[in-house]
Amino acid sequence: MLRDIFYIFRHEFYTVFKDHAVITFFVFLTLGYPVVYTYIYSDEVVREVPVAVVDHAQSLLSREFLRMWDATPMVDVVARCHDLEEAKMLMNKKEVYGIMEIPADFSKNIHRGVQAHVSLFCNMGALLNYKALVQAASDVSLAMGKQIQVQGMDYASRIEESIKSSPVTISEVKMFNPQGGFASFIMPAVLILVIQQSLLLGVGTITGTARDRRRNGLMIPANRHYCRSWCIVLGKACLYLLIYFVMAYWVLFVVPRIFNLTQIACKAELMLFLFPFLLACTFFAISGSFLSKEREQPFLLFVFTSVPLMFISGISWPREGIPDYWIAFSKIFPSTYGIDGFVKMNNMGAKLEEVFPEYISLWVLAAVYFILACLLYRCQIKKVNVSFLRN
Amino acid sequence: MKLINLLLILMKREFRRLAARRIYWFMMILAPVFCFVFFADLLKQGLPVNLPIAVVDEDNTTLSRQLVRSLDAIAQTEIVLRTADFSEARKAMQQGKIYGIFHIPRDFRQDVSTGRQPVVSYYTNETYLLPGSLAYKDMRLQAVLANGAVQQTLLLAQGNDGPQLQAKLMPVAVDTNPLNNPWISYAIYLASVLMPAFVFMFAMFTASYSIGQEMKEHTAGEWLQLANGSVVMALAGKLLPQTGIFFAMGLLYLSVLYGYMCFPLNSGFFPMFLAMVLLVVAAQGFAVFMTGMSRRNRIALSACALWGVLSFSVSGFTFPATSMPRFIQLVCNLFPVRHYYLLYVDQALNGVPMYFSWQPYMALVVFAVLPVLVLPKLKSDLRENRYLP
Repeated sequence: MLRDIFYIFRHEFYTVFKDHAVITFFVFLTLGYPVVYTYIYSDEVVREVPVAVVDHAQSLLSREFLRMWDATPMVDVVARCHDLEEAKMLMNKKEVYGIMEIPADFSKNIHRGVQAHVSLFCNMGALLNYKALVQAASDVSLAMGKQIQVQGMDYASRIEESIKSSPVTISEVKMFNPQGGFASFIMPAVLILVIQQSLLLGVGTITGTARDRRRNGLMIPANRHYCRSWCIVLGKACLYLLIYFVMAYWVLFVVPRIFNLTQIACKAELMLFLFPFLLACTFFAISGSFLSKEREQPFLLFVFTSVPLMFISGISWPREGIPDYWIAFSKIFPSTYGIDGFVKMNNMGAKLEEVFPEYISLWVLAAVYFILACLLYRCQIKKVNVSFLRN
Repeated sequence: MKLINLLLILMKREFRRLAARRIYWFMMILAPVFCFVFFADLLKQGLPVNLPIAVVDEDNTTLSRQLVRSLDAIAQTEIVLRTADFSEARKAMQQGKIYGIFHIPRDFRQDVSTGRQPVVSYYTNETYLLPGSLAYKDMRLQAVLANGAVQQTLLLAQGNDGPQLQAKLMPVAVDTNPLNNPWISYAIYLASVLMPAFVFMFAMFTASYSIGQEMKEHTAGEWLQLANGSVVMALAGKLLPQTGIFFAMGLLYLSVLYGYMCFPLNSGFFPMFLAMVLLVVAAQGFAVFMTGMSRRNRIALSACALWGVLSFSVSGFTFPATSMPRFIQLVCNLFPVRHYYLLYVDQALNGVPMYFSWQPYMALVVFAVLPVLVLPKLKSDLRENRYLP
């Protein structure tokens, strides 16, 4: 039995390393894709959004307001316009993504002790631009408001001024991803998905090619080594796992390091967690590869699934907003638990016992897909026997 | 006349080929419809309400409880955990059960009344960017309001009220006008670009795969012969049926987005219809170009897959392309979905006159005519009919 497993392992080894397509998926895709993807988002946050300003007040205070706004890291004033129409034209030409209009009575209102209003118009083509502009504007308005409040207090000591203008001090802490960076947020999920999907594509190519080569569309040779389904599954899985121990280290440990993404997990614990994930992915890929009837089909079948999988994993879209049946559907994919656990451990410093539910679920999935893969191969063995007898 | 007859014969042959195999049904109908249904269903509610957060109230006085109550009343967050122990809240955060923690320190009320400026802090989990930033918004508002509430008490005691009070509390107010998306809904971008991006991907796959299949099944010679040796006719006969089917899919997603889900369509129907038509044609043009460029089906399909998947990021509907590295800003022009996204923003969302968006329209046309460059090579490949695995 062990010899069968080893025979299949060796056979699979030659299949994998002789076939450019499979090597592309197993090695080059996993090597390159995470790097490209992280590079796209490597700037992390939106900075210096180009905006236009329309200053009807033209006063000391209005100019100061605009100066303060321009000085924030999020905003870059590129145009000063006479009226809103002119600014809107610039917006249509996509030269600016926001317009700040200050009304003529801005300073007058402030001096009279009436609330002054400024209007911010945002092109909603990119929500992160909007977020940056609004946050900068509200920061500036609060800061300026404080100055004005202090000026309004006559005969007050400096401490009194400070207490009166802000009786409560506010401190905000953005945890685990302090700058609110996009790469730090999306990459953990992408990295986990890369592992699952590249395995699926690679193993799908192997089975597709095997089916292409044999006239009868069978996947295994009529050979005495291929007579126990679990030996076949284990032999193949051992090889894939061996390759993916190396690749997973690159994808999940080295790539985040290169791009200085968050990595606060205890390495050993994280590896313990990832072991059942890789197992589940391997058996999932072996079972899923039965869908691929041809060498070229894995692309058509599996590539698009990455995007929905990304969304139901609870990263791109908050889990509270996903209907229950899609949550239930997501439970059959190793990536769902993989992403969940990996994000919690790697980005939020959770311990292994805190991701225990995910950990157990991955073991269960690994077992389920192992059994499924064995059953599918048993059907194949039966078919081989039947066709062998016929000949 | 003769040409039309020929074309009809070729198209009939293609329809038969498409109908005969399940994989085509999957790519052209099943998978796109699944994606439409999935994303329409997922995004139909817009943003989730009641995001779970925790409150750590170490003070537990009337003042602090009042603060907590008004935080709970804000639309998008819901307090699911009240505790006096910060580490309990932190653990819940690490397990992903809550997105934010609002912390009121011990002796808060006493410190406020004696002017010792207590620190109210709020923590958000930015690992989950979207819910994290929503929780951030709500808690920040609440903290600012807390400040205001105390000031208000002081000011009222000094005899300030009415509009003057408002001005003293907040001398400068910003009125934000999120143009054409007053709900600040994230769903409308996601859905409006995700669905076409899937159509784009499957149109590419189908075109490239169906041409490759002719070589693999050794029917390319017969196909070319049927087209009287004209590779243009052969391609037209092969691609037009697919174009038709993907137009139907395109109309389906347009009606889901702008009919069923009622997302903003400020340009009227035609500009977006044109964008959809051009996107499908651009997808096919790109796929034929890639198939002609590479000797192997697999490589062409890999290129299409890569283009399809990268489209979702470089088109810039989640993270603005203007904030990506310079190099990527140039590269993203090579992705048709990027141009479709620009058209979507200009037309459906902002409804600007069409001449402002002539560039993206033209870019899509360029993709559609790309195959012209590889026609001679494609012809010789088809004649030789060599399939390389």
